[in-house]
Amino acid sequence: MSLDGTAGVTINGEHRRLPGGTSIAQMIAEVGLDPLRVAVERNLEIVPRSTFGEVIVEDGDSYEIVHFVGGG
Amino acid sequence: MTDTWTVAGRTFTSRLIVGTGKYKDFEQNAAAVEASGAEIVTVAVRRVNVSDPNQPMLVDYIDPKKITYLPNTAGCFTAEEAIRTLRLAREAGGWDLVKLEVLGEAKTLYPDMRETLRATETLANEGFKPMVYCVDDPIAAKQLEEAGAVAIMPLGAPIGSGLGIQNLVTIRLIVEGANVPVLVDAGVGTASDAAVAMELGCDGVLMNTAIAEAKDPVMMARAMKLAVESGRLAYLSGRMAKRRYADPSSPLAGLI
Repeated sequence: MSLDGTAGVTINGEHRRLPGGTSIAQMIAEVGLDPLRVAVERNLEIVPRSTFGEVIVEDGDSYEIVHFVGGG
Repeated sequence: MTDTWTVAGRTFTSRLIVGTGKYKDFEQNAAAVEASGAEIVTVAVRRVNVSDPNQPMLVDYIDPKKITYLPNTAGCFTAEEAIRTLRLAREAGGWDLVKLEVLGEAKTLYPDMRETLRATETLANEGFKPMVYCVDDPIAAKQLEEAGAVAIMPLGAPIGSGLGIQNLVTIRLIVEGANVPVLVDAGVGTASDAAVAMELGCDGVLMNTAIAEAKDPVMMARAMKLAVESGRLAYLSGRMAKRRYADPSSPLAGLI
């Protein structure tokens, strides 16, 4: 946690600052996404969707949020 | 007669798998999928645009409850990248049926078979059902099958080239030797190419660019559906033997 109690995280390469105690589910909502349509990797580890509500983001975390796009 | 094929315990009627890349828009993509009759579409796994999360999404146009999404690893050049991508895909969609491709170089998009084999083993051990893009090499195909590939998907020609099936002999040898479905993946340019693949005994054909880059993709999608069905029927019906010279179709007896 940083001095002001917020968590500085990287989401898909972009820096964001979130309030302390933010869960992954809240982070996804903050970004404006539907948690049922994305997968989340936290510091290179998959976060199971069933735990989105429980896992709390921490200062320095790096997230990848992905979804399906057109491809061959 | 119902003619179905089964991969990793899932049974499908359509033998055409289509990609969802390179289309003008999602509407055209969805219309082409509909016209193709495909029950499986390949999809890629990419970062969500966090700056603009309200952009339309593929799932709004092609319903994953009706059409099986086959996540791919396009753009991955190492086993690790491909495995990471498919772990995310499984979490995003809950599917274990996946398309593995590990590329060797950007110029030819030829598969790196050493990495592909390594990734196939790891994925199979993690419970994935990998359908594997590979070279048209009957020995490599056997090795992939032993490593846990649920389908062998040799290229007919380089990805996106539309050159048609370059080596009929190796595709036929792979089909003869395989105990899992064989699908030509990549290289099809037009309907006759798809028919050729099916006449060789392939279980199916996977294509993207041939449909997406046609002037009328929806019409080409229908052409491909018919070509795959025609080729399959021709294969099942057992074609005539080839002769070196002519053989008249009308009786010679009773000539005036």
